[in-house]
Amino acid sequence: MRLLAGTIVAVLAYALAMGAARADLAYVSNEKDNTISVIDMNKLTVVDTIPVGLRPRGILFSKDYRLLYICASDTDTVQIMDVKSGKIVGTLPSGDDPEQFALSPDGKLLFVANEDDNIATVIDTATRTVVAEIDVGVEPEGMAVSPDGKTAVVTSETTNMVHWIDTTTYKLVDNTLVDQRPRYAVFTPNGKTLWVSSEIGGSVTLLDVASRKPVAKVGFRIPGIAKDRIQPVGIVLTPDETLAFVALGPANHVAVVDTKTLKVVTYILVGRRVWLLALTPDGGRLLTTNGISGDVTVVDVKSKRPIKTIKVGRFPWGVTVRPTKQSK
Amino acid sequence: MIFKLYLWAPCWPARSVGLHLLVLLGLLSSAAAGKAAGAQSGRLSVEIQYFEVKRPLRPTLSNLVRPPVDRGLQGARLGIHDNNSTGRFLGHHYRFATRIIPAEADWRSAAREVLAGPASFVVINAPAPVVRMMARDPAAKGKILINTGSGDDDLRRTLCAPGLFHTLPSRAMRADALLQFLVKRRWTRLFLVAGRRPGDAKFAASLKRAAAKFRARLVAGKTWIGDADLRRNAAREAPRFTQGPDYDALIVADEDRDFGQYLLYNTWLPRPVAGSVGLQPVAWSPVVEQWGAAQLQRRFRKIARRGMTSLDYAAWAAVRSIGEAITRLKTAEPGKVRAFLHSEKFALAGFKGRKLSFRSWNGQLRQPIPLVHETAVVAVAPIAGYLHRLTELDTLGFDRRETECGH
Repeated sequence: MRLLAGTIVAVLAYALAMGAARADLAYVSNEKDNTISVIDMNKLTVVDTIPVGLRPRGILFSKDYRLLYICASDTDTVQIMDVKSGKIVGTLPSGDDPEQFALSPDGKLLFVANEDDNIATVIDTATRTVVAEIDVGVEPEGMAVSPDGKTAVVTSETTNMVHWIDTTTYKLVDNTLVDQRPRYAVFTPNGKTLWVSSEIGGSVTLLDVASRKPVAKVGFRIPGIAKDRIQPVGIVLTPDETLAFVALGPANHVAVVDTKTLKVVTYILVGRRVWLLALTPDGGRLLTTNGISGDVTVVDVKSKRPIKTIKVGRFPWGVTVRPTKQSK
Repeated sequence: MIFKLYLWAPCWPARSVGLHLLVLLGLLSSAAAGKAAGAQSGRLSVEIQYFEVKRPLRPTLSNLVRPPVDRGLQGARLGIHDNNSTGRFLGHHYRFATRIIPAEADWRSAAREVLAGPASFVVINAPAPVVRMMARDPAAKGKILINTGSGDDDLRRTLCAPGLFHTLPSRAMRADALLQFLVKRRWTRLFLVAGRRPGDAKFAASLKRAAAKFRARLVAGKTWIGDADLRRNAAREAPRFTQGPDYDALIVADEDRDFGQYLLYNTWLPRPVAGSVGLQPVAWSPVVEQWGAAQLQRRFRKIARRGMTSLDYAAWAAVRSIGEAITRLKTAEPGKVRAFLHSEKFALAGFKGRKLSFRSWNGQLRQPIPLVHETAVVAVAPIAGYLHRLTELDTLGFDRRETECGH
């Protein structure tokens, strides 16, 4: 009998532990608070706030989700956080003012945009050393690595270009002019198309990766909002590639774009100055960082409706989600 | 005639500078032959001429009011630098020629020499008469002139020269920006104080026009005679001077900053002070930091070692506009550049939260106007709620029908 009770207790404890671990966790960088907010995606509440370096902006996980890389822009480093303990365990020599970055598919190389220096820095994550520095246009910002790992792109905000970098030689192979103030770049999962948002141009350009030429453009229009307030920034594509979500900055809306027709299906009202976006790993929920209102809106992807807005720190900037199955 | 030629390429590797020097030397000879086009197909070399007539330094009460001597020039330099950073990926190169003359020099002959020179793109940082004379000169035909130094309203309202653009906001735009804010705050009873210098009367006229436009009331108006040393006794002079009917705000037209700063906190009634001092509508200020502006400020500080002023911003925007047009068109043919600048296709990312474009009727750069004090941005006009059927930016300054420009 006692054995049975003990077993029940053990099973219950295990279930509880698993229950706690089952939640996806969203990590949000708070630019003006020097912290990371951790959101439990089951409870939709902030469960932890972790102090980090100065002006944290871009954040992303290592491929095994054990480490979180943080662009601490004003500390001029990329910090490495041990996710389990929440402690900063090291830094990467990112160069000055790192803002956005991208990891190669094998997780070995980190490509960092150095906004103030007009360069992109390539860092070996194992040895924590700089492998290459590449001269690019003025104010490099958006960074992405193709799914096959062969190409990295960086957008330069003032030069208005997408710079294509060969990841074996670290040389610029091409530069493609896009609309004004390109902010964010993302490859489609099949690697054939690159989506680039232009904040001042007010558009999203689709580029054919093989020819590196623009092939289509998505425009936006929201009744009652001045056209020049519609400023696309963050983009995220659903895992099945059918939909793209585009954050429209001071227009305070996220556009939902059908990737086949390239038409906007609907606009979702979120918080103020919506900046970057992330999807939960199952593609079911969208998270938006709303800089001015200092919160994160959680959107149900199926119904395309906001479920909840969660207060985080001052000026939330980046967001990334750590899936359940990686939790230990 | 003395033209200084600079090559701005500080971020290029040394050997590439050498290479471009060779290209430059080659182009100098072709420029002398009257050609300004590129040597090879796809490659372009563009000369941008900066022409400055220094403003006379008038005495002010304070001995410390000394604006930087290189206002405008440093902004143009940064613009050339930004243009070349983009241009090097396209084979476009921008050369910078400067001609700067003192206030008392013969600006007419200097202006004619500039217009007779090879550059198709001329950035002018000079008082209104210089801009007017250059825009009307037959030699300006086929060139693009950009006024970056004069806020004169008449240049926008009546001059109507097709090749003339303005990147500095007019006095009317700045006055409208201020009045939008005051009216939004319901500070609609205004006391206007103007100095006796020519610019003061002009800014006072713009403020009056804006007050009428946005339905504010001028309940009192006075001219500052300027015979007291306010540094010693502002506390005694200013309260008496600002007595009168009750008002919500004191607005000041004092473009040389001669006396206005002594009125703050010394008004008879405890009232805010705005205009040339206190809360100021400006094209730019070192305190602007939103919309990525912090990066522009840092880049500017790196080359100029001081904060960026409105004149610097206007010169930067002029050079960048030329660069942006040439980047998109892939040609430096002035006729095409002019048409493009006037068109809706043109958009400049100007770190002001919205894309900037030129008004087709008078060549004025549409732009938000920050309202600032010494340490912060208070608001940015157009203030929310002031509507326009095309763009809210056209609630500032002269709309098409308010000008005599038909095109």
